[in-house]
Amino acid sequence: MAIIQVKNLSYKYHNSDTLAVDDVSFDIQAGDWVAIVGHNGSGKSTLAKLLIGLMPAQEGVITIDGQELSEQTVWQIREKVGMVFQNPDNQFVGATVADDVAFGMENRQVDRETMQERVTYALKQVDMLDYQQREPANLSGGQKQRVALAGVIAIAPKILILDEATSMLDPRGRREILQTIKRLKDELNLTVLSITHDIDEAASADRILVIDDGHFIEEDDPNSIFSHGSALIEMGLDVPFSEKLKLALSTRGLDVPATYQDEGSLVDWLRTLRSTK
Amino acid sequence: MDKFMFGRYIPGHSWVHKLDPRAKLVMSFMYIGVVFFANNFWTYLVMTALLLVSVLATAIPIGVFLRGLIPLFWLMIFTVLIQVFFGAGGHVYWQWGWLSVTHNGLTSAGLILMRFVLIILISTILTFSTQPLAIADGIESLLSPLRKLHFPVATLALMLSLALRFVPTLMDEAEKIMNAQRSRGVDFGAGGLRQRIKTIVPILIPLFVNAFNRAVDISTAMEARGYQDGEQRTKYRQLKWQRADTISFIVFVISLSAVIVIRYMS
Repeated sequence: MAIIQVKNLSYKYHNSDTLAVDDVSFDIQAGDWVAIVGHNGSGKSTLAKLLIGLMPAQEGVITIDGQELSEQTVWQIREKVGMVFQNPDNQFVGATVADDVAFGMENRQVDRETMQERVTYALKQVDMLDYQQREPANLSGGQKQRVALAGVIAIAPKILILDEATSMLDPRGRREILQTIKRLKDELNLTVLSITHDIDEAASADRILVIDDGHFIEEDDPNSIFSHGSALIEMGLDVPFSEKLKLALSTRGLDVPATYQDEGSLVDWLRTLRSTK
Repeated sequence: MDKFMFGRYIPGHSWVHKLDPRAKLVMSFMYIGVVFFANNFWTYLVMTALLLVSVLATAIPIGVFLRGLIPLFWLMIFTVLIQVFFGAGGHVYWQWGWLSVTHNGLTSAGLILMRFVLIILISTILTFSTQPLAIADGIESLLSPLRKLHFPVATLALMLSLALRFVPTLMDEAEKIMNAQRSRGVDFGAGGLRQRIKTIVPILIPLFVNAFNRAVDISTAMEARGYQDGEQRTKYRQLKWQRADTISFIVFVISLSAVIVIRYMS
């Protein structure tokens, strides 16, 4: 069953002439990891905000876990959805790490004993338990994002939305947080929707949704999407390293495979090519 | 910045550090109130003794406390001099035009200096030994009776704690902006007053704009995490009143009442 259903969604900012999100429809199955990719200003983040009702859409229907998003259901829907935003500093509400993790539970009027348990549990999940009493000023960007993730885990959502959650991190912090999310997704049976222009993040998804200037372009698994190669680059998107290498090889006259290959299979292909020569 | 000790927090595990912030706040306020009742040698003796005991109980070296007085040094000298030269009444020791040094002038100057030092030191004890967050929690808890008058205590507390949380972040940002502007040729602290005020603008405007953007981001993140203004929330952090608080409180109440009794007895 589709846990997120979006039908003919449109949104226009009041100071703009064009639609930021233009008649977008898609379904996301429960338990999937879906990446929404698109260049800067293609409407990805707007879409994320529409999904949890931070802005009301002018047209279209959003159904999350069987509930249609409306002014009455918005708070119930937010119970089911956890969101991690881009800027690590600007979503750290608590005075210390533990306070920040507890913030979402405080809003849901969870009693204090349960909160303490869940704070410990959530911080252990993201490997930040030793930092409980630290203040945000003494944490790195990656650590702050892990705390933000812990705050989401603590409220046990069904859906996790990452709104460019790794875009302000260094490559190491990015890798670490993606590994953590991957592990948590399986353990907690989450549906993950990651909005990104980091291509490695997209490559690790089950399905990729491509958006360009507010339009829905296509949805498919990473292999099929990345096999478009140059078409993606024209859309202002990046392609994985192996795909770039293939392009470079084909311009030098090599007959490269048309399907998408990750680094491992490309290395294998190059090996067989060498041995057959 | 490093020399500026006033209002800082110094981590520690002393008796005073472990006290409940509410107790510390109330005791400091009581102390400051009673300072104005003290008017003779014995009352000041009690006040000073109480202060010294508190200072010792923080386990912070006295030198650090004295450094806290430095920024206010000129203010103290100024008020004392005004009292000395303009105080009238009693035996006149020295006179020149409308300036005079009199017995009453000297006494009130001494009193004022004493009060100054006592008030600054007791507030320094509070800030040295209490984390800003704990102070915010304490203020919230002390204001909570105002809820009956529909005063938005919880909202105020959240604002206070957010403000405190963003002080270091904004300081960092101001520093970054300053360095960025320096690298583009802005010379801070040079020239006359007018020139100096002008150089503040390229720091202030980006800082304000960033603060607005930040506020939008934070409110979005808070809303996404289920925060609804004016709704009931539970609290993760809780203050605990312990025996040490009661003991300290009793010591303060007894000593401070003694001061008032001595004043009206003599």
